[in-house]
Amino acid sequence: MSDDRVVEPLDLEILLEPERYELSAGPTYHFEVDRREFFKFMGAGILIVCALKGAQGQESGSGKRRSGEELPRDIGGWLHIGENCTVTVYTGKVEVGQNIRTSLSQAVAEELFVSVDKIQIVMGDTQLTPFDMGTFGSRTTPTMSPQLRKAASAAREMLIGLAASQWKVDRRRLVAADGKIADPESKRSVEYGALIKGQQLTQTIAAGDALLPATQWKVQGQSAGKVDGRDFVTGKHRYPIDHKLPGMRYGKILRPAAFEATLASIDTHEAEQIPGVTVVRDGNFVGVAAPSAEIASRAVAAIRAEWKAEPQPSNKELFEYLKKTATEGEDPTGDESRYEVGSVEKALAASDHRLQQAYTVAYIAHAPLEPRAALAQWAGDNLTVWTGTQRPFGVRSELAEAFRIPEERVRVLMPDTGSGYGGKHTGEAAIEAARLARAANRPVKLVWTREEEFTWAYFRPAGVIEVTGGVDGDGAIAAWEFHNYNSGSAGIRTYYDVRNQRIEFHAARSPLRQGSYRALAATANHFARETFMDELAHLVNMDPLEFRMKNLKNERLRAVFEAAAKKFSWGGTKAAGHGFGMGGGFEKLGNVATCAEVAVDQTSGDVRVVRVVTAFECGAIVNPDNLRNQIEGSNIMGLGGALFEAIEFESGRVLNGRFSSYRVPRFSDVPVLETVLLDRKDIPSAGAGECPMVGLAPAIGNAIFNATGVRLRSLPMVPNGLKAG
Amino acid sequence: MARVTQLNVNGSTLAVDADANASLLDVLRDQLDLTGSKYGCGEGQCGACTVLINGSPRRSCITSVGAVRERKITTIEGLAKGERLHPVQQSFLDQAAMQCAYCTSGMIMTAVSLLNANPSPTEAEIWHFMEGNICRCGTHPRIVAAVRSAARALKESQPSGSAGHE
Repeated sequence: MSDDRVVEPLDLEILLEPERYELSAGPTYHFEVDRREFFKFMGAGILIVCALKGAQGQESGSGKRRSGEELPRDIGGWLHIGENCTVTVYTGKVEVGQNIRTSLSQAVAEELFVSVDKIQIVMGDTQLTPFDMGTFGSRTTPTMSPQLRKAASAAREMLIGLAASQWKVDRRRLVAADGKIADPESKRSVEYGALIKGQQLTQTIAAGDALLPATQWKVQGQSAGKVDGRDFVTGKHRYPIDHKLPGMRYGKILRPAAFEATLASIDTHEAEQIPGVTVVRDGNFVGVAAPSAEIASRAVAAIRAEWKAEPQPSNKELFEYLKKTATEGEDPTGDESRYEVGSVEKALAASDHRLQQAYTVAYIAHAPLEPRAALAQWAGDNLTVWTGTQRPFGVRSELAEAFRIPEERVRVLMPDTGSGYGGKHTGEAAIEAARLARAANRPVKLVWTREEEFTWAYFRPAGVIEVTGGVDGDGAIAAWEFHNYNSGSAGIRTYYDVRNQRIEFHAARSPLRQGSYRALAATANHFARETFMDELAHLVNMDPLEFRMKNLKNERLRAVFEAAAKKFSWGGTKAAGHGFGMGGGFEKLGNVATCAEVAVDQTSGDVRVVRVVTAFECGAIVNPDNLRNQIEGSNIMGLGGALFEAIEFESGRVLNGRFSSYRVPRFSDVPVLETVLLDRKDIPSAGAGECPMVGLAPAIGNAIFNATGVRLRSLPMVPNGLKAG
Repeated sequence: MARVTQLNVNGSTLAVDADANASLLDVLRDQLDLTGSKYGCGEGQCGACTVLINGSPRRSCITSVGAVRERKITTIEGLAKGERLHPVQQSFLDQAAMQCAYCTSGMIMTAVSLLNANPSPTEAEIWHFMEGNICRCGTHPRIVAAVRSAARALKESQPSGSAGHE
């Protein structure tokens, strides 16, 4: 040890900051609503408004004087109870399959003492819900849920107050249960709706006060099925792709021949002759609106266009390109781009063992099963768009900017959507549909094809990660240097106790359009870190679990590693050709440890993941079965990026933009999945859609090494099997 | 090109007006407003558009309406009998075998066709039969569990004879 300085603890606030690739949010907004307008829309009732203090991304930019009727501008959510006892909750968050609609319903039901099925949640409608930056970064459970719980408890207290004054009794003797306020002494009870009786009652509350502790939960902490589940198994639910309007036209875009190509020449004459077809050419945007999808396709095929494109790198030279164009680890956003403690050089020089390795991750596609889709309708200068996006307010901003209209004239609605995984932060289809609708003077629906989704959406960033470590003879890590080029800074810091560290993120020029992705850079950074840990353990001849424990003080992380190892029977016997590996870490306020067993066919090189045990802890568990569902899903989705998913590209084109050429996990790829949940009722609930993924790739890679002695340092690891086996 | 003017869907003869080469998926969704069948890939790779043609699973995105004009077409909308869900639908709910649920109708239709042909599939047969359907959220083990429990439920409700309706 060359330095005795105390290692800085990881800052939880920093770790919940959106990643740089998620910061494509537009300008900040203020939000104003007039309570009279609100009641006109909603009818009489109780309205609880949850005001935010110092809300992120919701600064009030307006100097306009506020009238007494105006509600606060920085609102997290609001909740309305009508005379008919209907509870309606409004949040800017959206549902993309993480089942947050269900968890938020549970949260409100808990505090309001009504059953989950009495609660309607209006989500992601820019006209009806308060501004929200977007649904990403596993933020809904730790940030939105407490606000709505607080609003629900305020409503309950207001109802108790109404009953107390109606009955002229001390409110302290009244209780709320099953949608009623009851007086146990006089045995009277009254339904919530009956207490309201035409009144318009508003209360503004501040977020952050005390809530019912998890130990007293009755609704939360229990599994609850997907709300509206019946609509999903009967085909009744309308996804963005399913929305229609009378007189609607079908849109189709003529895509450029390559990324960033410009039009050299175009002839739309033939397409324009097709009855009912409107052709739009606006700069490099070329599209059609037609009476049917089939005619739209025919019209686009009839357009003759020549494109001019600049030479662009291919996936074969990707990693050299990223290194070549990288910055020096200085980043103006100054979040986690550089972290240094102690002296890495001195500690490395004094270490008994030194190791340096480089890891790479490929671009991968989100491939949400529902591709981008939008239905746009103009009424004069007012635009309404139904679309699948994780950032409805961001898309509203994109639309306002694209059409040079004020945001008040744009309404974006987000029906529960066929997944996103971080891939639907943007409004391409919304803008395209709106542009066509304006020209066609009719509503236009645009559904991207699978090839368009694979090509013209954005990708999880590729990256190069270089790690250098020094270990003392007793297995204590003395030095740790970690450089990430391009893939991102989420999860870049190490949770192992190392006194001498240098950690840097280096931005680079990305040949492809890149953006957010489930767990984003945390997957790459954990892959490099946890593989390197395995390599260090091997170097000092220690068991990988023992080596981790030697260097890990964080109790929550130790607990998940121990739980996973126990369930997995770490150190137990394994079949011939099989290998065991582990990985784990801390991300988005969750702690995960993953153990994997692989089987490698030495002749064919075929690698099969046969068993995965995941131990996970994210504070107090809200919905155990849905948590398991998210963990299983993270592992299965993570298999693709770990084993075989990679975007191939050349000269500004994606070469494998279809499911027949881009392999995603299928039933035959799925291992036996076992999950251990650690319920920490003393810790606030965190999200779980992302963190469980990060331990998988290193666990598999380390297991392959354990089985074969072959060390794989690139994701995907075995796109064509294990050739070196 | 010949036009197709009617299709037998979910037990009813419905008027359509489509080129015989038009995809069944487009006609179901755009002309008949049966939007439960989903577009996922357009090349028969993902199974989100699966419907039953005379009881067998078909990818409606690569099936022309001309090829099925004389056949019985069953979509997800035709499975429940009134308010009563088909046992496979009920099992998907009971097993929470979905997240975003965009693949669900295709999964259910594929599972129904499996149980029609093989009311007692083994675990391995279920995993194998579902291979052509993609779930990006990763609910595969739950889907298999749902098919397994639906098979049990169907057997209990219909001790002999065919499993479920077409």
